[in-house]
Amino acid sequence: MANGTGNGRPGLRDRLSDAADHVRQSQVWSSIFRPGSPFRAGYSDSPRNRSYVIMNNVLYHLHPVKVKRHGVRLSYTLCLGGLSFFLFILLTITGIFLMFYYRPTSPAAYIDIQALSTDVAFGQIVRNMHRWGAHAMVLTVFLHMARVFYHGAYKPPREFNWMVGVILLLLTLLLSFTGYLLPWDQLAIWAVTVGSNMAAYVPVFGDQVTFTLIGGVQITPDTLLRWYVLHVLFLPFIIVVFMAVHFWRVRKDGGISGPL
Amino acid sequence: MAEIPEHILRRTAEARAKAEGRDVEEVLAELKGESPPEPRAEEPAAAETPPAPAETAGLPESILRRSAEARAKAEGRDVEEVLAEMKGEPAPAAAPPPAAPAPEPAPVAEAGAPVAAAAPAGEPSRDLQAESATYGVPVDLLRRAAVARARHDGIAAPAFTGEGAPAAAPAAATPGAAPAAAAPAAAPVIPEGVRTQRLLTVVKAGAIQQVKAEPHDKVNVWPHLLAIEFVALMACTALLVVFSAFVDAPLLEFANFNDQPNPSKAPWYFLGLQEMLSYFDPQVAGVTIPGLGLAGLAIIPYIDRNPSVRPSDRKLAIMIFSFFLFASAILTIYGSFFRGPGFNFTYPWIDGVFFDF
Ligand code: HEM
Repeated sequence: MANGTGNGRPGLRDRLSDAADHVRQSQVWSSIFRPGSPFRAGYSDSPRNRSYVIMNNVLYHLHPVKVKRHGVRLSYTLCLGGLSFFLFILLTITGIFLMFYYRPTSPAAYIDIQALSTDVAFGQIVRNMHRWGAHAMVLTVFLHMARVFYHGAYKPPREFNWMVGVILLLLTLLLSFTGYLLPWDQLAIWAVTVGSNMAAYVPVFGDQVTFTLIGGVQITPDTLLRWYVLHVLFLPFIIVVFMAVHFWRVRKDGGISGPL
Repeated sequence: MAEIPEHILRRTAEARAKAEGRDVEEVLAELKGESPPEPRAEEPAAAETPPAPAETAGLPESILRRSAEARAKAEGRDVEEVLAEMKGEPAPAAAPPPAAPAPEPAPVAEAGAPVAAAAPAGEPSRDLQAESATYGVPVDLLRRAAVARARHDGIAAPAFTGEGAPAAAPAAATPGAAPAAAAPAAAPVIPEGVRTQRLLTVVKAGAIQQVKAEPHDKVNVWPHLLAIEFVALMACTALLVVFSAFVDAPLLEFANFNDQPNPSKAPWYFLGLQEMLSYFDPQVAGVTIPGLGLAGLAIIPYIDRNPSVRPSDRKLAIMIFSFFLFASAILTIYGSFFRGPGFNFTYPWIDGVFFDF
């Protein structure tokens, strides 16, 4: 075998690539990467394998094998729905990190948030990412809605998905709003006071709605616990369910809507 | 091929030309079924329709025989001869050489003379052969319908021209003597035990059977879409990380319920509403408007019944939506940056910004 060493023995590069081949042909590896995966031994770029990359993959839950050509143009969707989803994932990851250091009780909450920026490795930047990401997500969801409107993409057969979208918008706002209280500082409690005071004007049931929302007649540490549970458990769970329906309907309604 | 858009054809042609090392225009012309600019000897010949017998290849003998029998009976010919013809073999006996297989939809026209008596007051004579070709309905059905209608209307059946098998014509010539008589025209003789159907309507074959799939210009999700999504994901993450590295999230003093800051503002996405609270009653600004807004948003698809997605067809819808979009954007910006202590109007560049994310 020709190699750079000139001594007839396999060189380092050959041995490494042999080892890589060996791993890729192992049972463990080929049980993880299903046929058609680019990571599998002997992958070649063929139309059939391109289909398999999606079809034999968990991605098949999200994407069809092929999409309309104009649908992949960045200028059509501006990736806004996708970005909303990416941001949601980023928020989940950073949010789990924050949960390790946060207690939803009265002085502790504030102290924990302070500690994030002083004592916890990467605490400050993760908290920043979570906060800015949340604002960005509200923005991208709004813009996504506007782009769907201007494309007329809510027209039949996509009427229902638009309604699902409106629920997603509402849930996004609620997620952001419940999270707003958690730092338990002056900004948090007063912004939430102003916001939830509006609920008191709901006709007939106004007081009951407010009472349920904030767990009392005014914001207290009980509200903190309540909104914490809503923020980290209840609302994410609901929004994931609606997102699943949303993505499923995008595909069932014939993929992304047509060009103008 | 006629319906495939030009650009798709061209892309295909380019790919094929590249793969086969040929000229794009040539391949394109071939795809369109035009003769290529420089005619190539083999290709067009190979593309010719195969001779008819090939269609029967692979059919079991029993089926072939049954269909030969039927055809022989219909055409009054010998079974063996028809069978041989279908198989593409020479006829067994000294039968006349097999004629070219008759075109399927209509029986062979044998220049039959008009059979029925001329209709005195009925319809003008009809060329069933031509109608059959136009509507795709077999001649005998057309004839039966015409006779039935004539009988119903109490007039003589029209004369038929261009008709195939004379033997199958209405049994007897209509008695021309009773033009307006209520007496029905002589009915065709129907063998015992044979059910007949009346022709109620003629449905053109083409109308209900168009199952052509629209050709779509599609690309593989891998790699085309996934690559874009990956880049978008990376860009989004990078932007967020860089921004978060430089700008810290706000954290004010510890919550104090006895010290309300002035102004107190809701999160920015509610500031449009808070702004409206300073114009309207809270019932209106805090409940009615957001409630109606959300409900209105949800039912847009059921209100806007215009099927078109072209902006030029949707001027009103776009105007209304844009109005609300801009109104809420302006209210939000106004509430965020132009409201100071007591939620009174300020210029952010004079009194500073009273706003926190
Ligand atoms: C959490 C929020 C949301 C997420 C994660 C999300 C995600 C997505 C994604 C990934 C798509 C595929 C196309 C694209 O990227 O534009 C999509 C399409 C769509 N979305 Fe959303 N969406 C959200 C909120 C909304 C809202 C608020 C609306 C409208 C009120 C909406 C209505 C629609 C409709 C009608 C489509 C189909 C568009 C088409 O076929 O062109 N979605 N969404």
